[in-house]
Amino acid sequence: MPNPATNARPLLRLNEFTVAFDGKVVVDRLSLIVNAGETLAIVGESGSGKSVSALGAIDLLPSNATVSGERWLEETNLDQLAKGDWNSVRGNRVGFIFQEPMTSLNPLHRIGKQIGETLRLHQGLSGQAARTRAKALLEQVKLPRPDELLDAWPHQLSGGQRQRVMIAMAIANNPALLIADEPTTALDVTVQQDILALLKELRDHYGMGVLFISHDLNLVRRHADRVCVMYQGKVQEAGSIADVFHNPQSDYTKALLAAEPEGRPAAPTDTTPLLTARKLSVSFKRPKSGLFKRQPPAFEALKATDLSIAPGETLGIVGESGSGKTTLASAIMRLVPSLGDVTLGDATLSQLTGDALRRQRHRLQMVFQDPYGALSPRMPVFDIISEGLCFHYPKLTPEEITKRVHQTLLEVGLPESCAARYPHEFSGGQRQRIAVARAIILEPELLVLDEPTSALDRTVQKQLVTLLRELQARRQLSYLFISHDLAVVRAMAHRVMVLKDGEVVEQGDCLEVLSTPQHSYTKALIEAAHLH
Amino acid sequence: MLFLTSRLSPITLRRLAAFKANRRARVSLWLFSVLFITSLFAELIANDKPIVMQYDGQWYIPLLVDYPETEFGGFLPTRTDYLDPFIQQQISDNGWALWPIIPFSYQTLDMQMTQPSPAPPDSRHWLGTDDQGRDVLARVIYGFRLSVAFALVLTTGSLVLGVFVGGIQGYFGGKVDLIGQRVTEIWSGLPVLFLLIILASFVQPGFWWLLGIMLLFSWLGLVDIVRAEFLRARNLEYVRAAKAMGLPSRLIMWRHVLPNAMVATLTFIPFLFTGAIGTLTALDFLGFGLPPGAPSLGELAAQGKNNLHAPWLGITAFMTLAIMLSLLVFIGEGLRDAFDPRHVKQHQSPAQETKHA
Repeated sequence: MPNPATNARPLLRLNEFTVAFDGKVVVDRLSLIVNAGETLAIVGESGSGKSVSALGAIDLLPSNATVSGERWLEETNLDQLAKGDWNSVRGNRVGFIFQEPMTSLNPLHRIGKQIGETLRLHQGLSGQAARTRAKALLEQVKLPRPDELLDAWPHQLSGGQRQRVMIAMAIANNPALLIADEPTTALDVTVQQDILALLKELRDHYGMGVLFISHDLNLVRRHADRVCVMYQGKVQEAGSIADVFHNPQSDYTKALLAAEPEGRPAAPTDTTPLLTARKLSVSFKRPKSGLFKRQPPAFEALKATDLSIAPGETLGIVGESGSGKTTLASAIMRLVPSLGDVTLGDATLSQLTGDALRRQRHRLQMVFQDPYGALSPRMPVFDIISEGLCFHYPKLTPEEITKRVHQTLLEVGLPESCAARYPHEFSGGQRQRIAVARAIILEPELLVLDEPTSALDRTVQKQLVTLLRELQARRQLSYLFISHDLAVVRAMAHRVMVLKDGEVVEQGDCLEVLSTPQHSYTKALIEAAHLH
Repeated sequence: MLFLTSRLSPITLRRLAAFKANRRARVSLWLFSVLFITSLFAELIANDKPIVMQYDGQWYIPLLVDYPETEFGGFLPTRTDYLDPFIQQQISDNGWALWPIIPFSYQTLDMQMTQPSPAPPDSRHWLGTDDQGRDVLARVIYGFRLSVAFALVLTTGSLVLGVFVGGIQGYFGGKVDLIGQRVTEIWSGLPVLFLLIILASFVQPGFWWLLGIMLLFSWLGLVDIVRAEFLRARNLEYVRAAKAMGLPSRLIMWRHVLPNAMVATLTFIPFLFTGAIGTLTALDFLGFGLPPGAPSLGELAAQGKNNLHAPWLGITAFMTLAIMLSLLVFIGEGLRDAFDPRHVKQHQSPAQETKHA
């Protein structure tokens, strides 16, 4: 809902703002205005320079960055500020919310003290006065039991609660401008909605201007008034939400809007299950609270679950963080101890251990979430891909191995010349392709994909989904596809299972579940994801 | 060289570059390497017998072969004392000899001294003699070699043991870790110094005895570091990927986890090294170390303490130890900085700032 910004009063003005790192331009002549009482969104994929421009606007860049152009905050020319004067701007007239609520609070200080610190620095409040004000702020961000929370440690709070504390700190000094850098990216979809609604309410209450940085077009469409699309440091398009989304002018914006994963996987032909799991459950021991205390009951990360996957079929697993999706994948991969039976074809995996299990492992492979952490930075791509092959097929000659590696690279859409390079030379999407190549070179029957697309940009996600579907059609691969992103699941899965707190709350045909959800949790997820 | 660098991973290359960029560490490494390699040839530099000689038209290699004195016109069939004026006269009359720069070994007693020992530095003894009339410079050269060799073997041994034990504990975790930790804690509670003193009372501790006893305890310091690194690394995604691929534990540990742990370990090594040298010196100083007569820097320091009227003893011992340990610490600092990605950036940024300004 666009704000009636009739009395538009410019808060932040950037004019021809340019940032360069070691001479390499990352933000190129950006000009924008944030008015009081409105939300301006900067949208772009990773590396587009959206965070750098926000950090640069309030001088939070590392020392090897050079900035040029004009920066104005209301009547203050930010370029002429002395180093000491910046401190009265940051945290005071400009509030900042970071992406990662897990790491942006100091784990060694209580919540009350962290909020009190900014009050003491900018308003000179201390002792009881600071505590009262901090409590009022916690109430304002709608945290329950603010009295108790003042004395809580950050690790006792959930991600959404921490982000609310961050917001409380950001608005503590009634800032004119609030910069929110991907404030909800690390949060679950249902929590995202609450946080953004809160931000909007606070904006209207204080008449703040909000600079909202996001990669998520759905969120921007619903929560911003104006939008500025960035690509490789350059503004591609700027304007009101309605104009940009319904009538995009630049090619890039069009591509971005069209990047929603689409299409459906080909139907499987064979229905005899390849993988079956019966009464699969995982529990973790909880530590005893004292030497003579009784052992507390184990934490059930995954309650008894049945599932089966046919050859060439994709089973989607959907749920928020902590729902047990990854635990389920690890249990099927036999990477965590579990109860229940897992059978793959003729082998009962759950009864195998040691070498016998290792010999079966090439039949089911896994692709991990983080494309940066899943590849050893010390090994060239050739070694990464061929490692499993050399172990499982020790009789292969070096020529055969080289041939297989090159074939597999081509199959995942990478040139042969990649083999000699190291992972750091590749982008996130390319790395994920390497991880897929490492898995499929062993010719597995089942591939477990643990959030393979969640760290990737929308356009890259789409390419990876297409690749995975091609591989499935060509090799009759079965997938266990884990994701929190319903749009991707819809494009990948034949059947879907919804997990909540380690329990299956709903399962069935993918399209059926997504169009007519039965369980209230599924409905909430679909509502939050805003599928169209 | 090109072949070598093209085979190293980019991380290693960056670290090499960072180490090279640190001038003090680079120069220290150079100096230390030159000193150590030189000291490896100590027998050619400081010895009480000629390297080669010709006598009566025949070739002799006294450095490698013991000749009886009768060979050179002496009277007794004992080992030749080439410093004896009579033998020297015989050699110069009947042939020639190529002597090392310093014609004394570490245990040679100089019989032709004009001054009571300890004698101050002069052209015959460049750093003077100790209180038994032995050349100090020769003892320093041999002592340096012995110290470094001792530290090298001890460090290598500690590294192998520490990484092995720490790696097993960290990688498998759980009960293995719990029991391993308790055992190492109890083990590290044993008093090393007392063990050495007790040992000294019923065996004559030589180089290998000392090394063995020290090795029993020096690896403990590494265990905690390696264990922590393995604990962290075993949950890295590429380690889990290797596990999912079906690689056996030993391969995963060797290929994926160990390279991670080596960063912290290698940073620790220079300090293990200096610690080993320091301990050996301290034991020698107290008299519980190497057997009497062995070239040892600690013994030289003890002599300096006992002979305050002969300051060249104390000053030499101090300077040798100070230079050796400083060089090692500088090299260690360079290594640490090379392995620390943040440190490199901090070094670079001031230069860039001035460039932009």
